[in-house]
Amino acid sequence: MSDLKVSIPRPPLTSFTLPLTAVLGAMFGFVAGNVYGQPWIGALGGAVVGAVMAFVAHFMSDRRTVTRWGTIAVLAITGLLAGGLGAAFSGVIIGAVMSWFAYWLDSGAYRKNVPIYYTAGQTLWYNSFLFICGLVFFFLIAPLLPVMWLSFNAEDFFTFTPEMLNFQAEGYSLKHYRNFLGTEEWMTPLKNSLIIAPFATFISVSLGTLAAIGLSQSHVPGRQAIMAILISPMIVPLIISATGMFFFYAPLGNWLEANLNLDQRLVGYMKVILAHAALGVPFVIITVTATLVGFDRSLTRAAANMGADPITTFFRVQMPLILPGVISGGLFAFITSFDEVVVVLFVGSAQQQTLPWQMFTGLREQISPTILAAATILVTVSILLLAAVELLRRRSERLRGLSPG
Amino acid sequence: MKLTTTLMASTALVVAAGSAFADDHAKMADSMTVVSWGGAYQKSQQNAYTIPYAEKHDGLEVIWDESSAEAVAKLRAMDEAGSVTWDVVDVVAADALRLCDEGLAIEIDPEKDLAAAPDGTSAEEDFGELLVGDCFIPQIVYSTTFGYRTDMVPEGADAPSQICDVFDLEKYPGKRALEKRPINNVEWALLCDGVAKEDVYDVLATEEGQQQALDKLATIKDEVIWWSAGADTPQLLADGEVFMGSTYNGRLFAAIEEQKQPIGMMWDAQVFDLDGWIIPANLPEDRLKRAMDFVKFATDTQRLADQAKYISYGPARASSAPLVGQHAELGIDMAPHMPTDPNNAANTFLYNYEFWADYRDDIDAKFQAWLAQ
Amino acid sequence: MADTTQSGPMLAADGSPLKRSLSRTLRRQKLRALLLIAPLLIFVLVTFIIPIVSMLFRSVENQIVSHTLPQTVEALQEWDPNSGEPPDEAVYQALFFDMFKAAEAKRHTQVGNRLNYEQPGLSSMFRGTGRSLDDMGEEFEDALVDIDPSFKTSEFWFELLSGEGADSFLKDRRAKLAAMAGESMRGDIGFAPSAKALELLPATTEAYTDFAIWTAIVEEDVVAEERPWEAVYAGLGVDLRSAEVVQQIASYDGPGAAALKAAVANIDQLPQESFRDMFAESDEDWLDTEGWRTMALYSPDYTTGYFLNSVDLQKTIEGVEARPETQQIYIKLFIRTLYMSLIITGACILLGYPVAWILANLPLRTANVLMILVLLPFWTSLLVRTSAWKVLLQQQGVINEILVWLGFVDDANRLIIMNNATGTIIAMTHILLPFMILPLYSVMKTIPPTYLRAAKSLGATNWTAFWRVYFPQSVPGIGAGSILVFILSIGYYITPEIVGGTDGVFISNRIAYHISSSLNWGLAAALGTILLLVVLALYWCYDRIVGIDNVKLGG
Repeated sequence: MSDLKVSIPRPPLTSFTLPLTAVLGAMFGFVAGNVYGQPWIGALGGAVVGAVMAFVAHFMSDRRTVTRWGTIAVLAITGLLAGGLGAAFSGVIIGAVMSWFAYWLDSGAYRKNVPIYYTAGQTLWYNSFLFICGLVFFFLIAPLLPVMWLSFNAEDFFTFTPEMLNFQAEGYSLKHYRNFLGTEEWMTPLKNSLIIAPFATFISVSLGTLAAIGLSQSHVPGRQAIMAILISPMIVPLIISATGMFFFYAPLGNWLEANLNLDQRLVGYMKVILAHAALGVPFVIITVTATLVGFDRSLTRAAANMGADPITTFFRVQMPLILPGVISGGLFAFITSFDEVVVVLFVGSAQQQTLPWQMFTGLREQISPTILAAATILVTVSILLLAAVELLRRRSERLRGLSPG
Repeated sequence: MKLTTTLMASTALVVAAGSAFADDHAKMADSMTVVSWGGAYQKSQQNAYTIPYAEKHDGLEVIWDESSAEAVAKLRAMDEAGSVTWDVVDVVAADALRLCDEGLAIEIDPEKDLAAAPDGTSAEEDFGELLVGDCFIPQIVYSTTFGYRTDMVPEGADAPSQICDVFDLEKYPGKRALEKRPINNVEWALLCDGVAKEDVYDVLATEEGQQQALDKLATIKDEVIWWSAGADTPQLLADGEVFMGSTYNGRLFAAIEEQKQPIGMMWDAQVFDLDGWIIPANLPEDRLKRAMDFVKFATDTQRLADQAKYISYGPARASSAPLVGQHAELGIDMAPHMPTDPNNAANTFLYNYEFWADYRDDIDAKFQAWLAQ
Repeated sequence: MADTTQSGPMLAADGSPLKRSLSRTLRRQKLRALLLIAPLLIFVLVTFIIPIVSMLFRSVENQIVSHTLPQTVEALQEWDPNSGEPPDEAVYQALFFDMFKAAEAKRHTQVGNRLNYEQPGLSSMFRGTGRSLDDMGEEFEDALVDIDPSFKTSEFWFELLSGEGADSFLKDRRAKLAAMAGESMRGDIGFAPSAKALELLPATTEAYTDFAIWTAIVEEDVVAEERPWEAVYAGLGVDLRSAEVVQQIASYDGPGAAALKAAVANIDQLPQESFRDMFAESDEDWLDTEGWRTMALYSPDYTTGYFLNSVDLQKTIEGVEARPETQQIYIKLFIRTLYMSLIITGACILLGYPVAWILANLPLRTANVLMILVLLPFWTSLLVRTSAWKVLLQQQGVINEILVWLGFVDDANRLIIMNNATGTIIAMTHILLPFMILPLYSVMKTIPPTYLRAAKSLGATNWTAFWRVYFPQSVPGIGAGSILVFILSIGYYITPEIVGGTDGVFISNRIAYHISSSLNWGLAAALGTILLLVVLALYWCYDRIVGIDNVKLGG
């Protein structure tokens, strides 16, 4: 790739970098000025700051780090003097964004990812598109931030106390984490969830993938009807499914206990696992069939032609190609079980209380940030897991000598 | 050690003699599923009831299920499916009445099944008129009342102290939190629309009366946030999201005394209601015996008084009231925080179970349609 | 394969005709496909479809009235609901005996609750009267025992009514009781009604037979040793009101003749009050025709009542009519549910498409890191995310606080973005967005980027290349994602309940309410069935219109 890289020319200062940075500065200035009821003065000031920033970036392009930190510090101190801690924080953000923007424009990095023949309009569109995507990612992630913050609340409410906002130590505490990690009340449900969800996922993914492959064959009689039946667990309103399934699983459980002499606890888990597996099936079916639509069937024929038996073909040719679909179906199935509260409320008994069940009663009966602590821990664990998976993938790629994709 | 040996020996003797008492005990199930509401309330029950009970009965496993909110639906489903897994269920009186009507709870004979007071007063007399329905064993008295943010009281105005202050938007502007169901709200609306306390249910039984109540509620509808879970109002008050809101007195107590929130509490026209036990119908013999034995223990005079150490709900027995002590952690006297305290109960409103059993569905349909307008 | 110069059918390699060989392969393929599908199909059918269908079937079931009050329902057929008069004595008499049994099984209150959904007040009427049934019967008992103490003994009744020749009668009573109590009434009861007694004292024998079956099978006691129900005494009282019976007793000489004759001799000591008056005494609403009209209307085994209710109609004697405006809600909720689900789906497509595109087109390294951002909220409990939105959206919430601080919103006029439809849409879009992004991503991943480049190198503009080449290939992803999001959002009720306030709640909230609070499962099932039909219709339309996988797979 590197040999294809074309050095990007630096854009002109006065007709490009300066006005654009000034506009951005004016926008920030408008917002900041608005706090004091003087948006236009703020905008003017912001534009000036932006212009200065563009100059600095242009003429000190080799001392990027120092300049950027300098800008952040200056704006933070200005903020602190003008409006306290909150304003200082805003100053840090504005400084970081503005200095980054100025260097980004000035060094021509904004064209780094677009083909050299792109017009200005196309480049603008490409970068705006990235910006929009960034906003969507922000929308996805932002609601989790207050959750994490509030989980350190010293009080038993979902409320930002003045102490918290002023970063005073007495506003914070780890008691909700202690409550989550240290009590049976939360550890047992966590354990139950971790038992139930993987089993349910395994059942729905294995049966679901097979069925999806079956469905993708040509000439399946009654395909429509079968498809409708298989995705029905998703269609039926959960509350109806919950009661309906209860009437099936309760006698089934009795029968299992009486005739096969199974332990009551085991039967309880089996009931919830089977119920959750049924709920997870449609997700697997939908995602895997969607992947199979784009699947080139001549590949299986080619494999068969070369003497592979159907099982080998499946595992060596078909499976790797539809794997993304299977994995995302499995994720859906897992999360359906891991996050399911309505059905387990009916089908499960107290011994199978899952984490969402505990959260649900917690939210209803006694709001406590323990729920938020639980969520924070789960998020952290999943970040670590996902990051570990990604690192392993990169490592194996490196070992196999593949170029990073 | 010696004592236990003696005890065991004597038990063995008694068993050998075929005593009815020992026989009874031998037949009791050694695990028991107790259904309750979770949270602080369930903790108070654990402290006052199940922990002392389990100490007396070695090897007893108590399983808690926090499903009281769905108790009626779940019990009905269990009954239809023929596998009742619960042994003792904590429900509000209205639900108990419903379960009784549906034949899902067993009938209780207070004389036989409940303990008499220490002074010999019969259980029937001790509980008095709180024994509503045939299946319900009262445990606590709670009331639904209003709390308000003390720091949001308009300047120059007194803190709200009367129920009709809820409907007075001029004097007390700001949002209110009301429960998302007609029960209690329509009664308060009528009380503040000039209907005398004793006529409220007669008026509510008529179409016009129901409309009158909804019309009164409509005057504050824009300022209402409707809650549906018990934890909502304290949270809304703590956030300052509402100025005043209805909730259970125990939750307000917790927010004020335990959480130190700037919240005040109104004791006016608060609706008196009961919470207690029922025992599901069609239990196997051994589990039924265990459940009956536990309930008899858990609703005796001392146990009911003990519960008030942990939560500010009044014991349902008259004989328990003098025994109510101090809060187990805060060390404050609990008696003045009880809904049964004479000062608090000066102007209470008694929930009419029969009326709501009849009109609940009808008025709720109208209420929901009104909400959606 | 086949030699073209050769005449006759084309042959496959193994020498069999190609046509047959092909059709055999086809059959084998079909079979293999079905075998692949079978395990899951059976699993879903057994563990899901059958339970759900039986649950939905409750939307038309209504046997409770006719099973619990069989004789009353029969007697009520004679009554003209438009007469304006309460039914005649025969109906009240039948009601007494039906209700007495029902009260033994604690079923009378269930009927009361069932009818109370249609007519408020019936619940307490049935409950209250259930308590006074014993008193009504005791009046007869006391009078009879005063006349002749042998009426008090259990043997007297057992001997009086035992005999043979009434097997089909016994069978009929067993069936009726079984239907009423919902459990089997088979087994030996140690009693056989006598045909003679049945002829002489029909009401008494009926009541005693019911008592005998109940005592032997449900209470597991010995019939001959138990004192009969008060209803049996009432039965005798009823029989003795007939002049014919009085006449026949004069010539009767079987067991218990003396006591019966004594009763006839002192017939004026027996209560003369009609059952109608007794019921009216217990609750005067029994004379009101409204309750009876409801009972007559809901006596058939199956009813359309629940379905009518769920579309804001009601059943009356005159026919189907609209509910009063103050009670109309369901149509509105159905429309709102569909409308808001559409908005949520649209919002998810708008937000999800660019993100999925970016993920599918960025280098794998970056894409995987960004994927974590998509998966993170997805890993966070729905309940937690909903609460998070509450913290963000409420009037004292984070968004409002920031806007007020920045001076864009006046402190007194904070934005109301929660407890209404906006709140539901924002929170649910956030919650369901991953359900759009992930299927879109997995489809876009399979679209080779070379297609786009090819289109461009052939002179297409960016837009044309995207719209004519890329977009059509991503439609299966949009379809899968939209169906997922739309259907999921239709069934959601926890999030709307928490952030929806009054105008952001869905029909599922009402279904949940009827399942878990009002216990009106029939209505819940009817609402659920309608919702299900709507979704199935939409699914069908989707398959017809988009039907992409359909076309490609040639199924």
